[in-house]
Amino acid sequence: MQRLDGDQALVDLGGVRKPVSLALVPEAREGDYVIVHVGFAIGLLDAEEAQRTLALFAEMAAQQAAGGEAAPAATDPVASAALR
Amino acid sequence: MKYIDEFRDGALARGIAARIADEVREGRRYSFMEFCGGHTHAIARYGIRELLPDGVRMIHGPGCPVCVLPIGRIDQVIGLALGRGAIVCTYGDTMRVPASPRPGPDGQAGRGEGLSLIKAKALGADIRMVYSAADALTVARQNPDREVVFFAIGFETTTPPTALVIRQAHAEGLRNFSVLCCHVLTPSAITHILESAEVRQYGTVPIDGFIGPAHVSIVIGSQPYVHFAEEYRKPVVIAGFEPLDVMQAILMLVRQVNDGRAEVENEFTRAVSPEGNVAAQRLVASVFELRERFEWRGLGEVPYSALKIRPEYGEFDAERRFGLHYRGVPDHKQCECGAILRGVKQPTDCKLFGTVCTPDNPMGSCMVSSEGACAAHYSYGRFKDVPVVAVQG
Repeated sequence: MQRLDGDQALVDLGGVRKPVSLALVPEAREGDYVIVHVGFAIGLLDAEEAQRTLALFAEMAAQQAAGGEAAPAATDPVASAALR
Repeated sequence: MKYIDEFRDGALARGIAARIADEVREGRRYSFMEFCGGHTHAIARYGIRELLPDGVRMIHGPGCPVCVLPIGRIDQVIGLALGRGAIVCTYGDTMRVPASPRPGPDGQAGRGEGLSLIKAKALGADIRMVYSAADALTVARQNPDREVVFFAIGFETTTPPTALVIRQAHAEGLRNFSVLCCHVLTPSAITHILESAEVRQYGTVPIDGFIGPAHVSIVIGSQPYVHFAEEYRKPVVIAGFEPLDVMQAILMLVRQVNDGRAEVENEFTRAVSPEGNVAAQRLVASVFELRERFEWRGLGEVPYSALKIRPEYGEFDAERRFGLHYRGVPDHKQCECGAILRGVKQPTDCKLFGTVCTPDNPMGSCMVSSEGACAAHYSYGRFKDVPVVAVQG
């Protein structure tokens, strides 16, 4: 995401660059990932959280492939992804 | 696209599916409602139903903004375009929503084929598809001698942009711009479903938990769902729109049911916080206030389920500006959209599905938007139900 004048920014949507309003996410900075709805960014995407969720999926798939039992509560995806 | 493709990995999806199959209890039925049309679409498009064990059933909810628009609202906006000469700006997916036939010369309800915005446009109405509410404002600036009405529909995701353009119009002193506000609220619709006879009497619509909306929750946060978990003892898991998100949310719901828990959990932590987008919420509260009642297609009149424009911005309220009075219009007798939106029926239960009613020529609203249960099933799933028969030579 790249800032233009005022609230406008140029957002790279999978290679297509589109002007999007940042009026609803004033905290957005250059390079951030934003979630766009009808031409407006409505929220920011937390890259660290995204990686954490993906890591949990991978971990679970590995366990499943190993034919392991259900994960203990401490590494349970539910516990880590629960409401914070 | 970054942070999208990763959440569509087929091997991981099968891994989560295997885990769900391991954890569901023998003989137990699990019925979960995905409230949001974005999830309905994802479930159909990625074949998620096929990945789930027999005991898990997904029920489509009413969270498709186009689907819940009643005929009476489309009639109002067609009336403004055809009868009052206004330029109507609208999101593209409302264009095909069926409306009433054109009134006869005596002003009485017409008898012919029902109109839609796209048919009204063919009759000469000035109706323009816009990508964003800001585009409607541009049309108003470019046409100072015409009335320009923005047909504002949608849940909490499209409401903040509408609030922004109303404030902008106010700041610029635009005199020819107004908004027909049909914005609706997710929590009131969920309450309405939980209070319905079908759910309360636990017969026709058993609901063991909800997949909470993705984008709506970015705006409102996860806190508004705590009430449903506590008061109605229903687990809620907020999920992103990608297939792995939906699979993971189903697994989390199965676990809550197995443990006898009813909590709000958040699978979509990469975008949803407990409090949501507070700046957007403040903006919405400054421009809109609750409507006492609003008609939803399928759900009927739901108290305090929608928004109207505050008196301070009354000059931008199309209902006030044009002296509109809402008149409800019943759906086509054969159309099952109402029952489908309440989770009572499935698209294939409808006689019109796939015969007279198709995405090209929809009879009911659920066949219009790609998020509608009927359109999603028609586009991705309708041949699955047809048994494969081997023909012996």
